[in-house]
Amino acid sequence: MSTFILLTITGLGLAALYFLVASGLSLIYGLMDVLNFAHGAFLTMGGYAAWLIGDATGSFTLGVLAALVICTLLAALMETTLLRRLYGSHVPQVLLTVGLLLAITALIRSIYGSDAHPLTTPAWMNETTEILGAPIPNNRFLLILVAVAVYLAMSAFLARTRYGLIIRAGVENRAMVTALGIDVRRAFTLVFAIGGALAALAGALTGAINNAVSPEQGINLLIYAFIVVIIGGLGSFRGSALAAILVGLLQQYANFYGLVGAGDLIVVLMLAAILLIRPQGLLGRVAT
Amino acid sequence: MSTPETVLSVSSLDVHLGESHVLQGVSFEVRSGGVTALLGRNGVGKTTTLRGLLGLVPRKGEILLEGRDISRLHTHEVVRLGVGYVPENRDVFAGLTVQENLRLAERPGGPHHYDLVYELFPRLRERLRQRAGTMSGGEQQMLALARALLNDNRLLLIDEPSQGLAPHLVTQLADALARVASLVTVVLVEQNLNLVRRLARDAVVLDQGRVVWTGDVGGLLNDDERTRDYLGVGVAR
Amino acid sequence: MTDQMTRPRTVTTARILGGPRPWVRPVTLALLLLVAALPFLDVQLPLLFDGPLSSPGVLHLLSLMCVMAAIAVTYDLLFGFTGLLSFGHGLYVAIGMYTTAVVLTTTGLGLGGALGYVVLAGVAVPLLLGAVVLRVGGIAFTMATLAFAQAGAIFVVRDPFRVTGGELGLALPYEQLPELLVGVVNARYRYWLALALLVLTVVVVRWALASRPGRVWRAIRDNETRVTVLGLRSYAFKLMAFTLSSFLATLAGLVYALIVGGAHAEVTNSTFTLGLLVMVVLGGSGRLWGAVIGGLVYTYLSHRLGDLGSTVSGPLSEPMFVLGVLFVVLIIFLPGGIVSLIRRTEPRGEA
Repeated sequence: MSTFILLTITGLGLAALYFLVASGLSLIYGLMDVLNFAHGAFLTMGGYAAWLIGDATGSFTLGVLAALVICTLLAALMETTLLRRLYGSHVPQVLLTVGLLLAITALIRSIYGSDAHPLTTPAWMNETTEILGAPIPNNRFLLILVAVAVYLAMSAFLARTRYGLIIRAGVENRAMVTALGIDVRRAFTLVFAIGGALAALAGALTGAINNAVSPEQGINLLIYAFIVVIIGGLGSFRGSALAAILVGLLQQYANFYGLVGAGDLIVVLMLAAILLIRPQGLLGRVAT
Repeated sequence: MSTPETVLSVSSLDVHLGESHVLQGVSFEVRSGGVTALLGRNGVGKTTTLRGLLGLVPRKGEILLEGRDISRLHTHEVVRLGVGYVPENRDVFAGLTVQENLRLAERPGGPHHYDLVYELFPRLRERLRQRAGTMSGGEQQMLALARALLNDNRLLLIDEPSQGLAPHLVTQLADALARVASLVTVVLVEQNLNLVRRLARDAVVLDQGRVVWTGDVGGLLNDDERTRDYLGVGVAR
Repeated sequence: MTDQMTRPRTVTTARILGGPRPWVRPVTLALLLLVAALPFLDVQLPLLFDGPLSSPGVLHLLSLMCVMAAIAVTYDLLFGFTGLLSFGHGLYVAIGMYTTAVVLTTTGLGLGGALGYVVLAGVAVPLLLGAVVLRVGGIAFTMATLAFAQAGAIFVVRDPFRVTGGELGLALPYEQLPELLVGVVNARYRYWLALALLVLTVVVVRWALASRPGRVWRAIRDNETRVTVLGLRSYAFKLMAFTLSSFLATLAGLVYALIVGGAHAEVTNSTFTLGLLVMVVLGGSGRLWGAVIGGLVYTYLSHRLGDLGSTVSGPLSEPMFVLGVLFVVLIIFLPGGIVSLIRRTEPRGEA
């Protein structure tokens, strides 16, 4: 029983990570029709920024905050200077994000080396709290809390603010939004920046959980995040949340109760199933 | 050439969609006040013309809005100059409520004529919290029109508003459009010739991407042969 | 994904094999002869290569370049000519490599047996997988290919049946291989094998593109709805392209394993397939020679820059950084790739 609790909570922790990455990806795709591979770069950059600044200032929190700010700005910069030039050409935009992912990951690798770097986190994060006999690492609670907070904040943003309205409408029909006199490009930059921020957060927290950052952490997490996005439905914020929970939990259970690697394979099977049965994803609209 | 009475002056509007040359040098003028009908058989390029005016498709040519060239502007810039658009498929945002649809349409700075909108379409006020996707076709059409009416516009581009509407709704629509036309210049694409006859003053006829006839509506619709040639239908009177 | 990234293409029907100019054929043959003769040339090209062209080290690099160029060509068939953006092409190269390695290590069938299994796998797997993933289009298709490749990667790395060697890879037992292909002294034979693979791949793909299905593939890339309107089942044609492309990639995997002496898990990474994408776009997608050039240049740079790592420090020593930046610059300023630089003045045709 205690194992089950442990698996469930770590599964939810994993779901939290997936959600942080997938929600940004989903909105970016929904609004801009761009498969943003550069997201993986922000995952890695977030982790490294948190490590560097955390070590420099001695405060993990400051490290995370700094990572957030830096990556948000970089994301906005990336969108306005590079992505915007290819507005309207979807395949080149995807390719551009791929190129950025490869280049930035390589850059980090060249400066800091391919090996993982230990990341110092506050002691309490590595301690465990007992829940019904299961020792749960505290950092999982932090992860879940952050994800829930982000979910609530983003939902409120989307539902109550003008930009939230623009984004929701733009995901549905971008052309009509411009035909109402609204410059969607600002919404693009905003969504891209939000995505970058969330990815940075996920990257920093991944580093915290593993107590180490490595150049490859971005790409690895990115693939699963993409799968979560598709399963949830491209462009659906709520879909990402639902799919993240499903995938995170199933992956944990299967990896433990099944063969080695079964959890990862199950995720792939889930994707295949969704693509065949309901290609638009759980909560998405009909896709192309 | 545009005089103060010409709201819109289009010269040699050229649009390519994929491999086809949809508009091959369309030129016409829209007089201020009243309705100018844009007519023609299916597929001649009427909708494309409206989209071209707004910049929703890449276009070449000269487009003067009250003397100002808008042919190089982005869509949202054209719209902000005071051009409202009611597209062929209504294109209301299904996932948003009626209220949100309207709020989104509010242009910054200007007055927003909710009183006019609710007067013309009282049903919308009752359904403010309803998601637009769950409304009937007629109600969505009202919403689409309402969006365009919220702001002050110099020109309204309306594309086949009666399409798919039951006859009694078309009558309601006609009344609303008549009221609208009294307030702002309209370019109306329509297949329903009775509607055209009632509302429009001028007519521009397209065929295969070119303008083949301009003049006043009576001159077109009172001439059965001409109507049949250009529009492919007889007119019920 | 039939979105197009370069300028609109005119679908020409003939003029594929002949090329636009009469001197192309003889020049190509002359070049081919020169390239085949490289192992006999004791020529030093300083800076470009560490050592004379006939040395095993250089020949090894050239072999890798040829294999990668061949794989790039197979990928371009899928992406540049049929418009299918796959992120799982590396899976087939991996299948080729690992089937070879596993057959050689676990059975006594030798290279012939390995070839047999590779051919079988190279046809069966893409037919089965393709039948499933091609049911969806656009992004869903791309993600599906990514997911299946990821499944393959998991299988190889986690190695549940203890055959793949996991992360360390699987070396080929040299006693099972023909003597001609084993050992440093025989680098030239492996080079010729790689060259033969490249030539074979280019010839086969070119022939396929000139055929009727080839024209349908291009039509699918340019405007899939029109193809269905014309009464053709685009699904069947896409499956054809998918299978041919993957089969050739699997064969290339076998040769790749022979060149490097084993199967390694890196080909199962998504970075490998993304690298293929970079190669094709670098050279110019939708143009056969573009894929070849892209593959050659990319592989050369990624190895050479690594070698120069001792002299050039910092980010420039990391090949992926240079290539990534180059890629980004290219996408923005020169979407047609290297080939478009050369072909700027020529009439726009196909292949």
